[in-house]
Amino acid sequence: MEALLHQVMAGLATGGIYASLALALVMIYQATHLVNFAQGEMAMFSTYLAWSLLEAGLPYWAVFALAVVISFLLGILIERIVVRPVENAPVLAVVTVFIALLVILNSLAGWIYTYTIKPFPSPFPAGLALGGFMSPHEVGAICVTLLVLVALYVFFRFTPLGLAMRAAAQNPASARLVGIRVGWMLALGWGLAAAVGAVAGMMVAPIVYLDPNMMSGILLYAFAAALVGGIDSPMGAVIGGFAVGVLENLLGAYLIGNELKLSVALVIIVGVLLVKPSGFFGKVQVTRV
Amino acid sequence: MKNRFLSIIIVLLVACALPFLVSNYRTFQLTLVLVYAIALLGLNLLTGYSGQISLGHGAFYALGAYCAAILMAKAGWPYWTTVPVAGAVCLVAGFLFGLPALRLEGLYLALATFALGVAMPQLLKYHHLEALTGGVQGIVIEKPSAPFGLPLNPDRWLYFFTLVVAIVMFVLAWNLVRGRVGRALVAIRDQPVAAEAMGVNGALYKSAAFGVSAMYTGVAGALGAIAVQFVAPDSFNVFLSITLLVGVVVGGLASISGALYGAFFIQFVPNIADEISKAAPWAIFGAFMLGFVYLMPTGVAGAVRLLSAKRRSP
Amino acid sequence: MLLEAKNLRAAYGETRVLHGLDFAIEKGSITALLGANGAGKTTTLRALCAMVRTEGEIRFDGASLAGLRTEDIVRRGVAHVPDGRGTFLHLTTEENLRLGAYARRDRGEVEADVERMFGYFPRLRERRAQQAGTLSGGEQQMLAVSRALMLRPKLMLLDEPSFGLAPLLVRELFSILSEIRDREGVSMMLVEQNAAMALDLADRAYLIETGRVVLQGSSQQLKSNDSVRRSYLGY
Repeated sequence: MEALLHQVMAGLATGGIYASLALALVMIYQATHLVNFAQGEMAMFSTYLAWSLLEAGLPYWAVFALAVVISFLLGILIERIVVRPVENAPVLAVVTVFIALLVILNSLAGWIYTYTIKPFPSPFPAGLALGGFMSPHEVGAICVTLLVLVALYVFFRFTPLGLAMRAAAQNPASARLVGIRVGWMLALGWGLAAAVGAVAGMMVAPIVYLDPNMMSGILLYAFAAALVGGIDSPMGAVIGGFAVGVLENLLGAYLIGNELKLSVALVIIVGVLLVKPSGFFGKVQVTRV
Repeated sequence: MKNRFLSIIIVLLVACALPFLVSNYRTFQLTLVLVYAIALLGLNLLTGYSGQISLGHGAFYALGAYCAAILMAKAGWPYWTTVPVAGAVCLVAGFLFGLPALRLEGLYLALATFALGVAMPQLLKYHHLEALTGGVQGIVIEKPSAPFGLPLNPDRWLYFFTLVVAIVMFVLAWNLVRGRVGRALVAIRDQPVAAEAMGVNGALYKSAAFGVSAMYTGVAGALGAIAVQFVAPDSFNVFLSITLLVGVVVGGLASISGALYGAFFIQFVPNIADEISKAAPWAIFGAFMLGFVYLMPTGVAGAVRLLSAKRRSP
Repeated sequence: MLLEAKNLRAAYGETRVLHGLDFAIEKGSITALLGANGAGKTTTLRALCAMVRTEGEIRFDGASLAGLRTEDIVRRGVAHVPDGRGTFLHLTTEENLRLGAYARRDRGEVEADVERMFGYFPRLRERRAQQAGTLSGGEQQMLAVSRALMLRPKLMLLDEPSFGLAPLLVRELFSILSEIRDREGVSMMLVEQNAAMALDLADRAYLIETGRVVLQGSSQQLKSNDSVRRSYLGY
């Protein structure tokens, strides 16, 4: 029983990371109807930037804030420069651009920071918490995820800018008719997604260690989580993230061993797309006729 | 038409002469170019002609490679029998994956195949399959030598063997594309509703397209394994699938010659780039991908077509 | 003249739809744009808002609109109620209304304006927290008009506001439009297939056929024109 509880708790902790990245994916999807294949690498790159700042001697939370802000700006830049030219291009062109982004960020990180694995500090103390079921970092990561979610919810629901972004995502033509600069709303969406991704990266790096390839498996789980929850539902993404995290851990511990965990993500992805493409909380039709 | 025929003859003559003019290592590299060309042909059939996106074709390449390796190393089959077997296995696997996958459009198919590509190495390392796959260490294969005591060293022999298979595959593709199947695929790609209305069974054709494209990639995988003499899980990660995508984008979609241009690109650019730094090849691939999408979306083949059209009509 | 269009041409891709329109909208007036299906009426309104590829000269409030994007033209005070209404279906009625005021600087007045819209259209007040997609056709039309008014526009473009509405509702809507013109000084251009009601509401009218102006004048003049009466008014 204790072991089961431990697996569930650990699953919730990694689930929080998946939830954050899934949230970033959903935000970009809502605004553009595109799946950002490079989301993981953007998060990884942000984490490396944070690492550089830490190496320069800045205190952790200052670095955290700076990394989030810089990632926000980078996200906006990427949307304006790299993504804008293919906004209305055929799907293959868009996918190629995203994969190119993935590949460039991955190799840039490898080139600047080398491929040796680096440790990344956690702002939370070491030891055990919650009766020994989780580490303080895991608890902290979950709390940070929930804080990010609440902040985003408040932003989108209660601020005029958040309302404008929602409008631009739902109906760009009508949004223009009320004077919303739809192009900038898209860029803002990318900025926010990049910022959220940075948070996810900094929360997961202490667990899996910093390495240019650290996000590829996590990205897969985030895809699975976003699809399970509904690719256009932020709340779904978060719930999906936690669900996938727990499922992954339980399956890994009791059924298939830790080796095939990525296949779990694959099966979830294909399964959801076939059986319930709009996810549990989403409303969008997945197949465009 | 005559010009086209003539240029094909010239290309073939050059191809036959090359191994005798360059080093063994270069011959080996040229063999790999042919291998990639076959794989790219497969991906092109899917993406260019059938309009479906796959970011997971590396998985079929791996499947073909492991088929060849397992049959040769564990069952003692002769190398040349493994190629059609690999093709058949991948044809079936591709068709089966294509059946549910055809319900997914564009981005979602890309997503599902991306997941396949990422998960493949883990599947290959699965310890319950270790007896068969050799686990993390993989399988080593013996290099075949020329039959009937032909005066060719193994590298040259392998080159010609691969060349023959490549020619067969290219002719097959050419027929497919020019014939009813090709026209049906293009119709489904461009106007699916109209195609259905005209009696073209979209679902069947799309699954079949997936199967055939997987077959091509599987054949390439088998040939590649024989050439490299080695298979290991980590060489078949998602970056292989991305490499194939690069080849198709650079070479040119919906084009048979594009497969050759793309194959040269993905074989030789990393070699040159490696001299600069370990990270450079992928940065260059990425830069080229962006460049081609923004500036030359029809790839090298498209550019060549444009140039020759311009020359023909002054 | 609030708006002047000279030699307005517009095309969808390769297909030219407007072949050189000349018209003008006076400040404080309601101008009707009449014509049969496919004449180019909707395209004209879209051209004014740069929603379609346009050539020719458009001057609004003294300045040229050339090269401006839709959202910038809107910010200059042109509100467009599109055909199909363009409602944000997944947002609430009130959120739709507030979005109308997005481009305004005077945030304090927005609250008062929301109340004013509910004053013109009480049914919207009842449905303020409901998802806009659940509103009836007539209510969505009222919402679309209110949203446009929230901009405090100088010019309001309405594309087939009577479409799909019962005649009684159309009468109600048009009388409110007239009231708005009188009270708030908003000029309007109205595209309508229902020529009779449009001519009752409007001061001036233009008749276009296949992308060209074929007749113009006061609504009284058009109403008494024989061919107009036969083709568009049915008597």
